Amino acid sequence: MADIIRKATREGYGRGLKELGAEFDNVVVLDADLAGSTKTGVFRKAFPDRHFNCGIAEANMMCVAAGLAATGLVAFASSFAMFAAERAFEQVRNSIGYTRLNVKVCASHGGMSVGEDGASHQCCEDIALMRSIPGMTVLCPADEVEARKAVRAIYLQPGPVYMRLGRLAVPVFHSEDYEFVIGKGEVLKDGSQVAIIATGLMVYEAMKAGEILASQSIDAMVINMPTIKPLDEALVLHAAEKCGKIVTCEEHSTIGGLGEAVCSFLSEARPTRVRRIGVQDEFGHSGPAWEVLKDFGLCAENIVKVCAEFAREN
Amino acid sequence: MTSSDKTQLQIQACKVRMGILLGTYSAKCGHPGGSLSAADMLTYLYFREMNVDPANPKDPNRDRFVLSKGHTAPALYAALANRGFFPVEDLATLRKDGSYLQGHPNMDSVPGVDMSTGSLGQGVSCACGMALGLKYQGIPARVYAVLGDGEIQEGQVWEACMFAAHYKLDNLVIIVDNNGLQIDGWIQDVMNPYPIADKLAAFGLAVQEIDGHDFDQIEAALDKARATKGKPSAIVMRTVKGKGVSYMEDEADWHGKAPNEAEYRQGIEELEAELRELEAQ
Repeated sequence: MADIIRKATREGYGRGLKELGAEFDNVVVLDADLAGSTKTGVFRKAFPDRHFNCGIAEANMMCVAAGLAATGLVAFASSFAMFAAERAFEQVRNSIGYTRLNVKVCASHGGMSVGEDGASHQCCEDIALMRSIPGMTVLCPADEVEARKAVRAIYLQPGPVYMRLGRLAVPVFHSEDYEFVIGKGEVLKDGSQVAIIATGLMVYEAMKAGEILASQSIDAMVINMPTIKPLDEALVLHAAEKCGKIVTCEEHSTIGGLGEAVCSFLSEARPTRVRRIGVQDEFGHSGPAWEVLKDFGLCAENIVKVCAEFAREN
Repeated sequence: MTSSDKTQLQIQACKVRMGILLGTYSAKCGHPGGSLSAADMLTYLYFREMNVDPANPKDPNRDRFVLSKGHTAPALYAALANRGFFPVEDLATLRKDGSYLQGHPNMDSVPGVDMSTGSLGQGVSCACGMALGLKYQGIPARVYAVLGDGEIQEGQVWEACMFAAHYKLDNLVIIVDNNGLQIDGWIQDVMNPYPIADKLAAFGLAVQEIDGHDFDQIEAALDKARATKGKPSAIVMRTVKGKGVSYMEDEADWHGKAPNEAEYRQGIEELEAELRELEAQ
């Protein structure tokens, strides 16, 4: 594990945008004074004439993106998740969701892993908000490779998309030949006693947990779920049927996120016992990212603990 | 503009006003007051200013219109219908279940509507995006956005103005319908946005103030806007809310209330009399 490469998903976004820009003239990118942080600056450096800084005005930026898309362009609009999904929610809902325009809202600095900035910037409600918009596709890539491949996939799929990206460098576990498909989950480890369904940076934690659980003779299935909406229902159903117990893991509130999406589906399709690891209806706090994540149980150790207890229950 | 041209515009404006009354009366709700104040500007835009084709409403080279004050959809629909985008009779289906004429403009369902609006402050930003997108693609089309004078209380409007000036969107015209009234009363009593022209100028727009019911002034202002290079234009047009229907003029009550049958008849009779007079000229 020592030689593992760590990169933030936002870096994959920046690289993916640059590749896309080289291939397609109709890609335009908007940012709200955070181009260095969101990594749209990588695109700006290569294509300065189609990167538009909107200043610190996210509400205007979302509607400008809609207007650009209305003239036939594909607009990528970026800021921190707190300001893209939360401050500008109603703009995204009415000018992008309702219009079904070709705007890709790609928000970095999602979740608790913003760390030191603290609660005002730790956005743990974005997925819930974006899921609630009719027709909105919601993604949360797990590593740099997946984020980069997702950029191309969302360009090729017409209509609004929300993609959550992270600030923190996390292990890159996908290889270059990984094929990303919107709406498809990925079984990283097969298992029979409990299925861990994770998204974003929790996926690697779930992989580590799966190995530790195996050493404790608990056979856990590990699933990467990069698309929260539309949910890969077939895969969730398969996991429920095979394991009978599901643990969801997300760096997001348990209200409205992946866990709730899985529960909503299963409660109608195949009632199954579920444990949800996530932020339990509370605000975050400052601290080094990995320490803060641990404070909220967003780590392999807690996944192991929850899964082990759950697996032993009748 | 010849006097005959002007009479023709006045005739069309009269028909647009009749369409506004038909729509709101049939719907038993809607926003006639601010629709009537913008009726002359919309008539001029659709019948004289803009390069649009009812047979090809999605032409990528067309001029764009955004009704940022989306609640005055009855005026936009009446202008589009009279311009030939869809049958005038359909105005009677406004706001009804199953009708394509939604309470606020919808770009997917209504031919000729370029942007879905209704949530105040957003349309003008969308118009900025359109103007930028057209410029980026080298399309020499223009974008027109009509805002309410109450709407400019939304902070996003000023974000949009800053953006338009920063990106030198000289293909954009922001038109403020200064009828002076919003739902709760006179704008300066609710939340004073004055001086409107000075504020727009301070944000970097080339501002003109006109009488929004005078076609000569509308023409001169839009011509001047077209000749203005390097900065976006703004036209603050002084108007009368409810203009053209005697009992609605300058009454805040008629912001969001539909005429009953007697009121509808009276309004139509007034407009029919005006129409007869214009057609006799």
